[in-house]
Amino acid sequence: MPSETIILLGVNHKKTPLEVREKLALSSGYEEPLAALGTIDGLREYYLLSTCNRVEILVSTDAADVVEKKLAEFLFGDALTPDQYEKHLYCYRDAKAIHHLFMVAASLDSMIVGESQILGQLKEAYRWSSEKKCTGPILNKLLHKSFSVAKRVRSETRIGSSAVSISYAAIELAKKIFGSLEDKRVLLIGAGEMAELAAEHLVGNGAKDVVVANRTLERALDLAKRFNGRAVGLDEMLEQLGQVDIIVSSTGAPGIILHRDDVKPLMRNRRNKPLFFIDIAVPRDLDPALNDLENVYLYDIDDLNNVVELNKAERDKEAIKASRIVDEEALKFKDWQAGLAVTPTLAALREKGNAIARMELERTLPRLEGLSAKERKSVEKMASAIVSKLLHDPMLFLKSESCKDQSEMKVDMLRSVFGLEKNSDQ
Amino acid sequence: MLGEINYILFNSVMVVSFVACAVYIVFFFSQREGLRKIARMIFLGSGILQSLYILSRYFLSGYTPITSQHEAVVFFAWSVTWAYLSFHWRYSVKNFGTFVSVLVVIMLCIAASVSRDLQVLSPILQSLWLPVHAGISVIAYGFLALAFCGGIMYLLQERELKTKNFGFFYSRLPSLESLDQLNNHCLTVGFVFLTLGIITGTLWGRQAWGTYWSWDPKETWSLITWLLYAAQIHQRFTLGWRGRRIALMSIVGFCTVLFTLWGVTFLLGGVHTYAQ
Repeated sequence: MPSETIILLGVNHKKTPLEVREKLALSSGYEEPLAALGTIDGLREYYLLSTCNRVEILVSTDAADVVEKKLAEFLFGDALTPDQYEKHLYCYRDAKAIHHLFMVAASLDSMIVGESQILGQLKEAYRWSSEKKCTGPILNKLLHKSFSVAKRVRSETRIGSSAVSISYAAIELAKKIFGSLEDKRVLLIGAGEMAELAAEHLVGNGAKDVVVANRTLERALDLAKRFNGRAVGLDEMLEQLGQVDIIVSSTGAPGIILHRDDVKPLMRNRRNKPLFFIDIAVPRDLDPALNDLENVYLYDIDDLNNVVELNKAERDKEAIKASRIVDEEALKFKDWQAGLAVTPTLAALREKGNAIARMELERTLPRLEGLSAKERKSVEKMASAIVSKLLHDPMLFLKSESCKDQSEMKVDMLRSVFGLEKNSDQ
Repeated sequence: MLGEINYILFNSVMVVSFVACAVYIVFFFSQREGLRKIARMIFLGSGILQSLYILSRYFLSGYTPITSQHEAVVFFAWSVTWAYLSFHWRYSVKNFGTFVSVLVVIMLCIAASVSRDLQVLSPILQSLWLPVHAGISVIAYGFLALAFCGGIMYLLQERELKTKNFGFFYSRLPSLESLDQLNNHCLTVGFVFLTLGIITGTLWGRQAWGTYWSWDPKETWSLITWLLYAAQIHQRFTLGWRGRRIALMSIVGFCTVLFTLWGVTFLLGGVHTYAQ
């Protein structure tokens, strides 16, 4: 039985600089690259993952060395010579490939460890591959397993629970203040990119209304349109403060634009509903003394960074736990694979035994005249019983859990002992 | 026979409540979801045992067991427990159970440390008004105790958010909004029962002593408590007071409740003094 190898080959944000990743010969989307991949000889099953941080090809093949080279060429095309791309490429086989795939799925290999986006991307990539009938029993099992590993990591560790980017940290804080962001109103002061990003997250978490206040109304209008919101001039800011709940400030103003004494009288009209100020401008836009007001919470960029740092430390601790889970699951998968290697041999062994019994019966039965149908049946039964009793122990030996990693040796041994080599073309 | 059952029941209340509290605390530290469910079931068990204990004491003494120090505190713990369990049925507030179970265990410890002897009830207390007036008042105290726990949780969480120093409590306590709602709910329910308690008290006073209000120290302090909570609710409705101030007031309010319950008895005396 020729051995089947799982190969994982790819580039990611850690090993490969962006300039190199940009030169990859892949067209965007999955349809074309998968079709192109299908033209490579020697691939039994294949799958492709392509995100902005990584491109990975996972295949199962009989001719590992040849395929490996072809895949690298496929990935880089003519843009780079093998010498150039060698150091940017990683290539894993079998156990290591499985381990790497699980690490990716569990988001332990991500730029932001623990972010959950990667699992969705993985599932999408798998959907394409399986729709195009590129995957078979091994990769199907392997990819499904990787999803469940990711799920297990997520439920058994707190790796995904803390916010490690500024926007996420702001959301987390807002949730601690307001409970839920459902129906909360957002005011953006300044229409910069950071404000846009923060607003995107807030709206994504249920915030209802976005009001944009900006020096130039045009830019405010643009941004407001994106969120189906309203645009106002900077001079209307105070008026708006009566109605909104979350304020993201990011103007380029040289000094403070909102003072404690501006906000204090507003609180009564708001019936003391909490206000959450997020000041991501440098230099700061908002008076630090705002935080002293009751029911007013002010976080500037340093505060948010502190939250992020704190969470990162926590996350690193959880990542260790998560890697242990990945190790465990990778081992389990290898066991399953080893079991798979044994299956054809078991079948061949059974087949051979049955064939011998059948042959001997055909030879013997015609010579035994005067047998009743019932007696005939007994003889047949005896023949097959002898076969299965004889094969029972060798099969048990093959299936035994004790030395899983030696299953290849056991398979070889049994095959030569029982002379299975010749008639197995599988 | 009944006496023995009574004795065993009280001890099992103690044990079960301790276990519930311990599991809640372990859950508070470890945040393992499974533990929370276990803790809640044990706490429910404790609530049922407390009910049985009070019932057995009722049969033992022949009157509503709320007149001695021991009985009043057990009744108090019972009402906190059931107020929490009923509250939990409607809302779920993260880790609230830990705080409540600690309070209940403290109360039970106090109950265990004072005399558990049965007392002869003075004729004036032998009335249907006893369970009505005292029962309603104690239910009010139960909800006000929950508001007290919520207030403490609010102040802890607010401090984390204001100082931006995220420590132990930050991830373990719920959002400020949900704590404020909890306070609001418990204060409203508690205040309604407190008002009813005082009204039934005056009616009973009229019947027993011929006067609605006798300025007995306990009555005075009940009135002070009532005024404090009334002020709090008034401020919430008119000026929209919320959050920190309401949390502080529910803590202060609960302190006057405790003083009304114990301080008055020991320091000031009066008709509400438990029979000696």
